[in-house]
Amino acid sequence: MSDLRDLYQEVILDHTRKPRNFGVPAAANRRAEGHNPLCGDRVTVFLEVADGRIRDIAFQGAGCAISTASASLMTEALKGLSVGEARDLFRGFHEMVTKGAPEGAQDLGKLAVFTGVREYPMRVKCATLAWHTLQAALDQQDRPVATE
Amino acid sequence: MVTATVPAREAGLAPGFDLERVRADFPILSGEIRGRPLVYLDNAASTQKPRAVLAAIEGCYGEYYANVERGVHSLSQRSTAAREAARETVRCFMNAPSSEEIVFVRGVTEAINLVAQTFGRRRVGPGDEVLVTGLEHHSNIVPWLMLCEERGATLKAAPLDDRGEVRLDEFERLLTTRTRIVAVAHVSNSLGTVNPVKVMTAMAHRHGAAVLVDGAQGAPHLPIDVQALGCDFYAFSGHKVYGPSGIGALWGRGELLAEMPPWQGGGGMIRTVSFSEVTYAPPPHRFEAGTPFIEGAIGLGAALDYVTALGLPAIRAWEDELLALATERLAGIPGVRLVGTAPEKAAVLSFTLEGVHPHDLGTILDHEGIAIRAGHHCAQPVMERFGVPATARASFAFYNTAAEVEALAAGILRAKEIFG
Repeated sequence: MSDLRDLYQEVILDHTRKPRNFGVPAAANRRAEGHNPLCGDRVTVFLEVADGRIRDIAFQGAGCAISTASASLMTEALKGLSVGEARDLFRGFHEMVTKGAPEGAQDLGKLAVFTGVREYPMRVKCATLAWHTLQAALDQQDRPVATE
Repeated sequence: MVTATVPAREAGLAPGFDLERVRADFPILSGEIRGRPLVYLDNAASTQKPRAVLAAIEGCYGEYYANVERGVHSLSQRSTAAREAARETVRCFMNAPSSEEIVFVRGVTEAINLVAQTFGRRRVGPGDEVLVTGLEHHSNIVPWLMLCEERGATLKAAPLDDRGEVRLDEFERLLTTRTRIVAVAHVSNSLGTVNPVKVMTAMAHRHGAAVLVDGAQGAPHLPIDVQALGCDFYAFSGHKVYGPSGIGALWGRGELLAEMPPWQGGGGMIRTVSFSEVTYAPPPHRFEAGTPFIEGAIGLGAALDYVTALGLPAIRAWEDELLALATERLAGIPGVRLVGTAPEKAAVLSFTLEGVHPHDLGTILDHEGIAIRAGHHCAQPVMERFGVPATARASFAFYNTAAEVEALAAGILRAKEIFG
């Protein structure tokens, strides 16, 4: 792959310029912070989880185009999914950006725009920061989120 | 007959040495990245190596390698002599009074830790202060913070002005009767600012503090004269002056090194050992426990010989031209903000581009074959001072060309185009 447009697809640039679900959901009951000390990217993921389902999800933070778009597209993909489905989706996403999606892999929908990241090993952490943060939030117990 | 032609140097287009030949000395510079000629502008992180360094290392391994200081056999003597010759080359490079004041270390990080853990532990007590500046690399902050935490002392930092210069009035104000050590960078790795270390050293000495200069970015760009600077310790890293990584040098004032306890214990740093008592070797060997990086020291000697032969004034002049050209080109691109605009700068250009994160810019430039650094440059307090999470940084060496600066400017325009 040699075209930069395969990495910086229009969907990614759009989500970087206008991140979706950016902020703090009113009824959030889980939260986790992610930090990539190598590059300084920071993201906070907020969840409202009820009956094993992600009712609402949002994020805040600052980072590069890949990490911001990844967080934004992640929130869109996860809203309404069960916790189990969300974990499955992370597994599929992680495999796609590290090894490439094998034949018959799960349909990742819009998240497939990150397939180009695989060609840039230094940028894989940018694409997965929000997802690792999500996992930390899912691993928590339900409790009200302080918004400072 | 005298012909009145304008030398190319004055036209601002060529250095005072044969740039093509110099570039040919560095094998990696003729390489390609993603099918494009390599444009290496990450010299503040590490520099590339001339054939002279490669040959010195290969010569050591291929012709006379053995352990040093320990053997009576010929190879050991030759290895020892070659390493000690490199120590003398380092002494000369720093204009130190004696090669016995040159300690080989892994690099500046190890040098600062060594001084903090030996000299610092004795000199700094509860209630004392260590003073650094706001532009320091983490390696000139963390070892002092660790020392201060251990000793119940306080670390202070002199603030920067908006151009990235240390505010000397504040620096002087922060020197108190409790200041025991002052540690300052010769040149900032993130901003390029050249600190007036001679003036700062004199100020610190008036208050009775010892001064360490972090020369990681000074050695590649400025002539070093530790006697003229008047400091007490000066450290630099080999890999940033075209030598191997994993080798560097610490110069310390003889009477200070003599009173410092050993740092690491082991072979090579002792005079006598029994199970009840150890007596230590004098400096510099007291601080060089274990089998050292023999071929690294020899390679460093070759690197210093190379830059000295090229001429430090010619190197500085050409790097200044590249910096001036790059500053002009980048300042002319809408959306570019230069971070670090001190009047006295070495060949480091930090900047941000509106709407494009430095990491994305780094990836896009890499596609054009251009290597820059993107991130916080191990200087998070600097990033905070200038209100940016990260910057892009282009840093120049004498082997860079004006065409490479133009390629950088073109690459930035390409990034703007992609991000619309």
